[in-house]
Amino acid sequence: MDAIILQILNGLDKGSAYALIALGLTLIFGTLGVVNFAHGALFMIGAFCAVTLSRILSISRTYVDETQKDFLGRPLEVKVPYAHDIFGPEMGAAIIDWAVPLSILFAIPVMIAVGVIMERGLIKHFYKRPHADQILVTFGLAIVLQEIIKYYYGANPIPTPAPAAFKGSFDFGAVIGFDANTIIYPYWRLVYFAFAAVIIGAVFAFLQFTTFGMVVRAGMADRETVGLLGINIDKRFTMMFGLAAAVAGLAGVMYAPINSPNYHMGMDFLVLSFVVVVVGGMGSLPGAVLAGFLLGILESFASMKEVINILPGINQIIIYLVAIIILLTRPRGLMGRKGVMEE
Amino acid sequence: MLGLGKKDTTLVLLVACLTMLAPFLLNPFPEGSAMAQFNAGYPDLMQRFVIFGIFAIGFNILFGLTGYLSFGHAAFLGIGSYAAVWMFKLLSMNVIPAILLAVVMSGLFALLIGFISLRRSGIYFSILTLAFAQMMFALAYSVLTPITGGETGLQLAPDDPRVLDTATSASGNIPVPGLFGMEMRDTAKLELGSWVFTFNVGYYFSAIVMLISFYLAIRIFRSPFGMMLRAVKSNQQRVNYTGLNARPYTLAAFVISGMYAGLAGGLMASMDPLAGAERMFWTASGEVVLMTILGGAGTLIGPVLGAGMIKYMENIISKINSDILHSWFAFLPDGLEDFMVAIVYPFIGKGWHLTLGIIFMLVVIFLPGGLVEGGQRIARLFRRKKQAKGDDASKAKQPAE
Amino acid sequence: MGILEVKGVNKRFGGLQALGDVNLSVQENKVHAIIGPNGAGKSTLLNCLVGKLIPDTGSVMFKGQSVLGRKPYEINQMGISRVFQTPEIFGDLSVLENVMIPCFARRDGAFRMHAIESVQSEHEIMDMAMTMLEDVNMAEKRDMHAASLSRGDKRRLEMAMCLVQEPSLLLLDEPTAGMARADTNNTIDLLREIKEKRDITMCIIEHDMHVVFSLADRITVLAQGTPLVEDAPENIKGNPKVREAYLGESA
Repeated sequence: MDAIILQILNGLDKGSAYALIALGLTLIFGTLGVVNFAHGALFMIGAFCAVTLSRILSISRTYVDETQKDFLGRPLEVKVPYAHDIFGPEMGAAIIDWAVPLSILFAIPVMIAVGVIMERGLIKHFYKRPHADQILVTFGLAIVLQEIIKYYYGANPIPTPAPAAFKGSFDFGAVIGFDANTIIYPYWRLVYFAFAAVIIGAVFAFLQFTTFGMVVRAGMADRETVGLLGINIDKRFTMMFGLAAAVAGLAGVMYAPINSPNYHMGMDFLVLSFVVVVVGGMGSLPGAVLAGFLLGILESFASMKEVINILPGINQIIIYLVAIIILLTRPRGLMGRKGVMEE
Repeated sequence: MLGLGKKDTTLVLLVACLTMLAPFLLNPFPEGSAMAQFNAGYPDLMQRFVIFGIFAIGFNILFGLTGYLSFGHAAFLGIGSYAAVWMFKLLSMNVIPAILLAVVMSGLFALLIGFISLRRSGIYFSILTLAFAQMMFALAYSVLTPITGGETGLQLAPDDPRVLDTATSASGNIPVPGLFGMEMRDTAKLELGSWVFTFNVGYYFSAIVMLISFYLAIRIFRSPFGMMLRAVKSNQQRVNYTGLNARPYTLAAFVISGMYAGLAGGLMASMDPLAGAERMFWTASGEVVLMTILGGAGTLIGPVLGAGMIKYMENIISKINSDILHSWFAFLPDGLEDFMVAIVYPFIGKGWHLTLGIIFMLVVIFLPGGLVEGGQRIARLFRRKKQAKGDDASKAKQPAE
Repeated sequence: MGILEVKGVNKRFGGLQALGDVNLSVQENKVHAIIGPNGAGKSTLLNCLVGKLIPDTGSVMFKGQSVLGRKPYEINQMGISRVFQTPEIFGDLSVLENVMIPCFARRDGAFRMHAIESVQSEHEIMDMAMTMLEDVNMAEKRDMHAASLSRGDKRRLEMAMCLVQEPSLLLLDEPTAGMARADTNNTIDLLREIKEKRDITMCIIEHDMHVVFSLADRITVLAQGTPLVEDAPENIKGNPKVREAYLGESA
């Protein structure tokens, strides 16, 4: 029992990331009808927003402290981050420590800008082109984006720690009545799950309760008719793209402490996220979220020793296997609508 | 000739000449000159030109004719490589059985994967093929290590059985792949003044295989079968209502293109007898898509051109470093020189993939028909100019398609 | 006994009864029209005939064989060709190739792996296609891209693609929908010409009365999923039930 709960928990953080990326992919696909292979790159850019902000905050000045000596007896060179000068040592240290959560504020405008530029500058011209062309051009864009990041940040993963307050693990087992240390779960992953839940909730609330969201949902259901109503759907769709980019970016920001950002993380997640979208049902937002979590948890179950002993390697392929089975038995995915991408 | 029309025969002969004379054509600059870095006439690179040419020709039979975009074709390349290396290990170092097994195995896998994936079309098909390829990559990398060699890849060993051959050569080394006594790595050098030309058995073998593949591809393009495939791409609904079952047509195309990929994989292993899982990774599948698009999907010569272009640029561009850049821009004033170097630098050396991505985007955006379409546009431009100069009477002639 | 016999066909979509107890008999070498106001179930009926939909109950027999549960290509191979509302042709292929494909389908069946022979060497197929193109006055357009044809020519080409198969039954789904009057008249002329030149059975689904009355030998009026009357055109015109269905006025 405790093993099962542990696996479910383990699946949640990856599932959260899948769900957030798949949500954005579905938004873009559902509204704009564009298959965006560069969506993983947006996730990666988000993670690098966190890297960038923590680097900016750590920019330091160097001065020579006469009162301290190094081991050769010379005056010690001390590096002091400017943040300490501006906010005072304590506050400054706290700000640097909390760089990742603070990056959320930094990432939102950056990601929206990236998304809007992408849509206006490139994607817009591909609405009427075949899906194959959309896949190809966004695939090219994804390569370009990841190579730019590689050029500036190098090829190695960059550790980006979570705030000290979230280091360590939470003894979940003790809380719900199991033995201590049977179900332990890192705090930050808990935070990530909560964060993902909030974002997903916010996106759904936004679509459900605002006029803007209503128009977008109508557009997803029947784009032509909404266009005929004289509503400027294009502008809203541009904003939708910005929103989807922001969701993917935020997913990336918060994922940075879990998995040190590297330039190809976007591609790694993209392939899986596409599988998630297809399993959930192309164009279905709840489907994307549901499938994201389901596959995350499934993957974590498949990684259990007991399972691997029976079916070696199953953890590597479980998601693809499920996708193939779903696509063949329920072609529209778990919650897909009729007529989407079926020609 | 050979059952081809006049235009196609010319094309085949042209490609044949180019490939046979490649050691000369690709080495236009004398050894040791500043331009020698642009030479591409060494065996390793020339082999890659033709092998990836085969891969792209095969991919084009599927994508160019039917419009089904497979994102997992590298899997078949990988299977071909593994099969060939196994043949070297078990049977003999002759490349013929190795290549045959490579083609058969990849064909069988293509039959299975195609049978399942082709039940869906459009983006679903792309994702299904991607999922299959990723699954095979993951398996090759981990569980199937006894068959695939896992992370290190599959290599020859001195204790391999090699039933029809010696396990080790007279000198105690592992033998190298060959064709009835000719070793694939055998090379002859021809020095003419300061020019050096290299002729390699492996290259000529691969080139001949490519020419045969190219010829067969043309036959397929010009056959009723090829016409049916284009019909499927154009309007599947009409195909169904014309009494044609689209499924076996697309499946046949998928299997044929999978076998081409296997052939390329088998040749790769014949040139250098090892096979690794990274050959099956989905970025490798992306690369062949790229070659085909860059050259011109659905055209005959396009994929060959695209494969050559990409492999050439990969090789040359990744070799350029900042010193070379400085020497190029040396004629500029210092400040400007540094500026130009700084601008170009991200795109060369390790930045090759960036250049690749940009070229790819530009082609999809501005030239969806690839280089072939670009060439046609330029040709049309010239023709128009000529016509404007010449008599206007010939205007009544029908425009070319 | 007609060439096409529809008996007791019912089809529901959720709560909506799209077709209720449809009986229909299409006689050989006659033009049978099915008319009815929008939403009368004409398209549903047609889709049941070509294998796109399977009715809940009832039977559809063509030349004594059931078509139910068969795929569209199988039904075509049985001898039913279909013309669509908007012409469905192979836009990327040349006009001649468009007509050659149905010739191949007729000669070689649903699938044949002829991957090495050259199209150019298929003289018999080429001749068949060219004769057809001459018949519909499109011979000089043989090398044009089908997508670049005018709308009228596309319709003509699609018709040629169906006729070259010499189908036992030609189904036409609102062949003049969305056409200007001139184009409609051209289509009527084309169909009349076809009817006079060959012995062909046609079943036309149409809501344009003008088209129907200029062509049909027999008319079935469909309203709310059920056949109202079936009769010769001259008797349909004055039928009060038909007026009611169409105009909504009480007789």
